[in-house]
Amino acid sequence: MTMPFYVSPEQVMKDRADYARKGIARGRSLIALEAADGIVIVAENPSRTLFKISEIYDHIAFAGVGKYNEFEMLKIAGIRQADLKGYAYSREDVNARSLANAYAQTLGQVFTHEMKPYEVEILVAQVGDTTGNDELFHILYDGTVQDEEGHTVLGGQADAIAQTLDSRYQAGLSVDDAIRLGASVLGDSDGQPIAPEQLEVAVLQRGATGRAFRRVKGDELGRLLAG
Amino acid sequence: MNERPLPLFGPGFDPGPSFAELLRRTTPPDAGPPQAPGAQQASVDIPHGTTVVAIRFADGVVLAGDRRATSGFAIANRRIEKVFPADEYSGVAFAGVAGPGNEMVRLFQTQLEHYEKIEGESLSLEGKANQLAQMVRANLPAAMQGLIVVPLFAGFDERRGHGRVFSFDATGGKYEESDFQTNGSGGVHAKNWIKAQWREGMSADEAIDIAVRSLFAAADEDTATGGPDLVRRIFPTVAVIGADGYRALPDDEVERRATALLGGPEEGAGE
Repeated sequence: MTMPFYVSPEQVMKDRADYARKGIARGRSLIALEAADGIVIVAENPSRTLFKISEIYDHIAFAGVGKYNEFEMLKIAGIRQADLKGYAYSREDVNARSLANAYAQTLGQVFTHEMKPYEVEILVAQVGDTTGNDELFHILYDGTVQDEEGHTVLGGQADAIAQTLDSRYQAGLSVDDAIRLGASVLGDSDGQPIAPEQLEVAVLQRGATGRAFRRVKGDELGRLLAG
Repeated sequence: MNERPLPLFGPGFDPGPSFAELLRRTTPPDAGPPQAPGAQQASVDIPHGTTVVAIRFADGVVLAGDRRATSGFAIANRRIEKVFPADEYSGVAFAGVAGPGNEMVRLFQTQLEHYEKIEGESLSLEGKANQLAQMVRANLPAAMQGLIVVPLFAGFDERRGHGRVFSFDATGGKYEESDFQTNGSGGVHAKNWIKAQWREGMSADEAIDIAVRSLFAAADEDTATGGPDLVRRIFPTVAVIGADGYRALPDDEVERRATALLGGPEEGAGE
């Protein structure tokens, strides 16, 4: 008769968390910053077509790091959730908090019940009328939700980048300055910004009527980083 | 926190970029729109929207509609809107039963945005027109009972660089019009007016004037079409769609243009 091995729940959870963290650490980082006239999201991403940052709804954006197919699936589920809600009720009733909760539920379920946890960290950002109403929800692989103020960093080198960012971020930046700051912090330790071709940048414009999400790319991004 | 769980689908059940399909997958089968029993005609008076027009000009299209909804012989609404943006580069206007018409427009708008967000790029103008045709076709059972909704779709084709107009029939047939099309009870009168004035290479201003006048001409001959209401200051809804996207003309601009046209050739036909 075979005896099943006993593994303590603590050990199971620790193994899963290590596995997820390892997967996430392999990927590149992503920064979200609250600026005076919007929320800026900057990611290191050499691909022009496989995006890490996406529009979810009028004032809500999604960003993910880690395993592409997993956060892409979460992004699509989020768009579906938001569009279904906006269609059933009204566009004003779609908000980041409820979406972040739904993501947390799903990630938590998968972390405890499935064979393999998702190797992702995601961000749900919502731009408000004023900086005080901005929302940044940083959601971890196990469903932990962090409600961040001002700025947040996702991905492999998050701790080191967050330290640099802490010392250089100030409230009330313009969107352009925030993009420059994000690019320089994501760059090398000597402060050299990454080439524009290696960056994916998106802005949630404050005060926009309707859809606030806008990508900053190509020549516009090049000029902005050079200026 | 009792949130609705994320809509996740296994392989084979994924609705893809279609919002209508997503809606079907997430709604219980018995929660669909109620059907009137049998194939009898709807006998209650329901608000109907009336006349809408779409006119192509040199750099785009103009979409316009009167503001009246009628319920039998009564005026149901004096300020109804029948012209809507579909997305950044296209617009939709409907004639027919107002309730399902509004609903079709809302579903269509959601569908275009949903597709764009899931796929990362918007549908081609032809693709959008085909989507709308499918929605009209889905309304066929209701249309057979008298609840007909027939839209006009117009937009700026970014890939080809010019405006295009599409019309539909109640069965979901889609027809591309070369220059202009009208719809609704006053549509025949509006179309005759446009036909007499239209020429290739018109400016947006000329097309707007023709659209406004054609609606006045329709209101002159058709009781279900609302004319310019100078007392309440109600004027048609007008939208221009060109390379810079969909632009709804502000009320005061339409009022200025409409009042400038008063005393034109319409007055001469004072029989």
